[in-house]
Amino acid sequence: MAATGAAGEARAKDQPWVFRTYSGHTSAAASNALYRRNLAKGQTGLSIAFDLPTQTGYDADHPLARGEVGKVGVPIGHIGDMQKLFEEIPLERMNTSMTINATAAWLLALYAALAERRGVQRSALSGTTQNDIIKEYLSRGTYVFPPEPSLRLIGDMVAWTLDEIPKWNPINICSYHLQEAGATPVQEIAYALANAIAVLDTVKARGDLAPDALPRVFGRISFFLNAGIRFIEEICKGRAMSALWEKIGRERYGVSDEKLLRFRYGVQVNSLGLTEAQPENNVIRIVLEALGVTLSKRARCRALQLPAWNEALGLPRPWDQQWSLRIQQVLAYETDLLEYPDLFDGSKVVEARVAELLRCAEAELARVLEMGGAISATESGYMKQGLVESQSERISAIESGEQTVVGVNAWQESEASPLDAADYENILQVDPEAEREQIASLQAFRSARSPQEVSSAELGLRDALKNGDNVMPASIRAAQAGVTTGEWAGTLRAVFGEYRAPTGVVVRKPELADERSAKVRARVRALGERIGRPLKILVGKPGLDGHSNGAEQIAVRARDLGMEVVYEGIRLTPDEIVQSARDEGVHLIGLSILSGSHAVLATDVIEKLEAAGLSLPVVVGGIIPEQDAAALQARGVARVYTPRDFDLTAIMEEITALVEEAHAG
Amino acid sequence: MPDGFALAQQLTLRKREAVAPALNLLDDRRPQSRQAACHLLTRLEAQVKPARRIGFTGAPGVGKSTLLDTVLRRVRAGGESVGVLAVDPSSRRTGGALLGDRLRLRSGAGDPGVFLRSMASREHLGGLAEGARGAVLVLAAAFDCVFVETVGVGQSEAEVADLVDTLVFVAQPDSGDLIQFMKAGVLEWPDLLVVNKAEQEALAARAVRELKAGLALGEHSGDGWERPVLRVSARDDIGVDELVQALAAHNSWLLESGEHARRRRRGRDRFVRDTLERRFGSFGLESQGGVDAIQKRLDAKPDAAGMQLLEELSARIESALTGATPHQK
Repeated sequence: MAATGAAGEARAKDQPWVFRTYSGHTSAAASNALYRRNLAKGQTGLSIAFDLPTQTGYDADHPLARGEVGKVGVPIGHIGDMQKLFEEIPLERMNTSMTINATAAWLLALYAALAERRGVQRSALSGTTQNDIIKEYLSRGTYVFPPEPSLRLIGDMVAWTLDEIPKWNPINICSYHLQEAGATPVQEIAYALANAIAVLDTVKARGDLAPDALPRVFGRISFFLNAGIRFIEEICKGRAMSALWEKIGRERYGVSDEKLLRFRYGVQVNSLGLTEAQPENNVIRIVLEALGVTLSKRARCRALQLPAWNEALGLPRPWDQQWSLRIQQVLAYETDLLEYPDLFDGSKVVEARVAELLRCAEAELARVLEMGGAISATESGYMKQGLVESQSERISAIESGEQTVVGVNAWQESEASPLDAADYENILQVDPEAEREQIASLQAFRSARSPQEVSSAELGLRDALKNGDNVMPASIRAAQAGVTTGEWAGTLRAVFGEYRAPTGVVVRKPELADERSAKVRARVRALGERIGRPLKILVGKPGLDGHSNGAEQIAVRARDLGMEVVYEGIRLTPDEIVQSARDEGVHLIGLSILSGSHAVLATDVIEKLEAAGLSLPVVVGGIIPEQDAAALQARGVARVYTPRDFDLTAIMEEITALVEEAHAG
Repeated sequence: MPDGFALAQQLTLRKREAVAPALNLLDDRRPQSRQAACHLLTRLEAQVKPARRIGFTGAPGVGKSTLLDTVLRRVRAGGESVGVLAVDPSSRRTGGALLGDRLRLRSGAGDPGVFLRSMASREHLGGLAEGARGAVLVLAAAFDCVFVETVGVGQSEAEVADLVDTLVFVAQPDSGDLIQFMKAGVLEWPDLLVVNKAEQEALAARAVRELKAGLALGEHSGDGWERPVLRVSARDDIGVDELVQALAAHNSWLLESGEHARRRRRGRDRFVRDTLERRFGSFGLESQGGVDAIQKRLDAKPDAAGMQLLEELSARIESALTGATPHQK
């Protein structure tokens, strides 16, 4: 109840949202220590970051896991790791959000198995598994299985949690990564809701749900949004999205219970817009973006996680994350934000923008549904191409200066910053020994298991997959028997097969027509004539990192400027890259690595090229600290590009020059 | 500068490491490289290899690469080594190209018995034929089975048909384009027609009916081969064995009927004629009495290598042109 009396009168406050920090690194033990410190500092929920091998279903000793163990999150290879991760953290009092998708059923099974061991009732658990596979195909790249079996796994989890863990959000539909991949607000709303419809339709088509279950399922679908720097528009986006969600609930699924119709969402504010240049400005961006998702009570997020100011430099340290937690606490506890009803009700300006977003988003959603829904529009590449195009436009606007980014394309001059530091002092460095230790502990765990129990659990899992039984009970049995993450996913790979999503780099829009592009194009052509054939480059991503947006933009721009571009996509081993470079006869290799595993992977590629007797310039792009960049260049990498290098055409000029040099004389 | 003869020798000995340099050489347009490339091709043509040459064509998005990947796995499992030439369109305006086929043709990764080369169609530089023919010869020298994958848009089918022994046309169930393909005469060329994505059963059945009707109406070379229309699903691995068997059956038929040699000759002749026309224009061809007269000369030498014929005729035209117009020199 908000009172509106004289100054000084106490007002009743709304409950704040859940405060989270997306975190995890090195090992289960190190992450557990971090979580406990964060909870002591006033964080009210956990948000677990898993490393890429865990996300893509490989054990730490698999060749593709090399360099990736413990990098972007915590490695969880089996129930022993899960136990360590939650040591002395009461599961029944935690709200645990897991950023896990292709292997979501497995991580939930490990969590449920841990609760079983501790004697905690399943019904007491609460939390979220991200579990949104469509956005993995479109943007984030940690998918494993084809769309159909992936949707079946999601359906299994939805059906199973509905009664077993009723407070669990089995899927968190992410528009977050769509914005990172370039989505406009209209695309963000339309594609995310199309995605939710695909999931609900799948669940609806199953035979194993009670007739009245669908409205409850609808009520369990939650969302994960992004909030960019255009924070007024973000407020409108939140309002438009919740209105459209309610409409879909009523009209498409016959939901009438107001509580079940509520649009529930969490937010991670935009990491993509954070700059490497003058990184202190990111704090201001983060505050404004946090306002965008909390100001309007009607569209306020349920949970919020803020990135750290230095994420464009490398992995944040605990202190950096604490600074972001304090932003939330000041906003919720010091300001009067939570004392008022919705501030924008009745605002004509906001209403008009919301109506416009709604109109356009409904039209785009109808288009996707006409194509057969989100899965068809993913397989055909329609949505992905739309995102790649929007992203190219965004990048071109920054390059041309049409869109201002302070400190990047305007006011680049700066006083020396006390936050700049040499020798990795301003970022977290994962102990390079962590991978070896994780492998050793995994191997010790394996040899202590009962082989009979493991193989019988694996057989049970395979039978469940083949017979169409719900995957959850068999997965929990596997977790208890000591099956590893790689073994669980390997069983599913054998039954379901693996998938490669469309890249969206089949570009429909016309190439750049400006004078500068024409100049670079002429230079590329002249080089081609001099060396006898058109300039041909290879663009690929070694390792397990699936964030392909950057690599795709590079491929598209290179092609726009007249190069022949072999685009090889994600999840490549250094051996495969070297084989491709040789067989394709390329003049240069461009690697993109955002997971922090650049040192190992780029060095491997260089060594294998040398062993194959190929002398080609190699350039690397990614989130690469200056000291690492220097080390890579010393090892033979020709150029290192970081988020600071926003001018793609300038990058293309440089790589043209590199090939010119390589073929001089 | 690589030595064309030496490369040809290494290819004949099936040295995989010679394949990429040979393809790089063929790609190289500098005069001294043309000379070496000419040596390479002349030598390769002289040693006829039994390698099967199979083309896959169809509109973008019908799942050609995914299907080819599935077929390739079968062919590998049968013990044959495989070379793939995947052609993607170039931008006519900028010359740039996105070559994305490695993304879907994954089963060869790490397998020395599979070689994949992406190639831009380079319309702005005169088109596919010259470069692709050489590349097919190189791959056919080093591998047992050669696949050529191209995006079919109407005109390129005839060109691809002359590069390969067997042409497979891939369609998908819901492509309302089938009628357009028929109008464009695309269906004249393929030896096998495949409706992919057969998991969409009703639609696939309709597409098969449409294609069969189109075949009944349309023209074909009348060579006596009954062209099958197959339903496959690369996704669910349905009908792929039948497709692999049909490819083998067509190959046997080609060899038994004598059509195999006729096709190879047709490909050779087209290459010589097209290259002469590109080099000297129709004026140059007229100096030898026109296309028909040139074809007669080619017919007179059924066993000669294309490169050799090309050089002979080029020399004739050059001397005719310089002799005819001395005042212009």
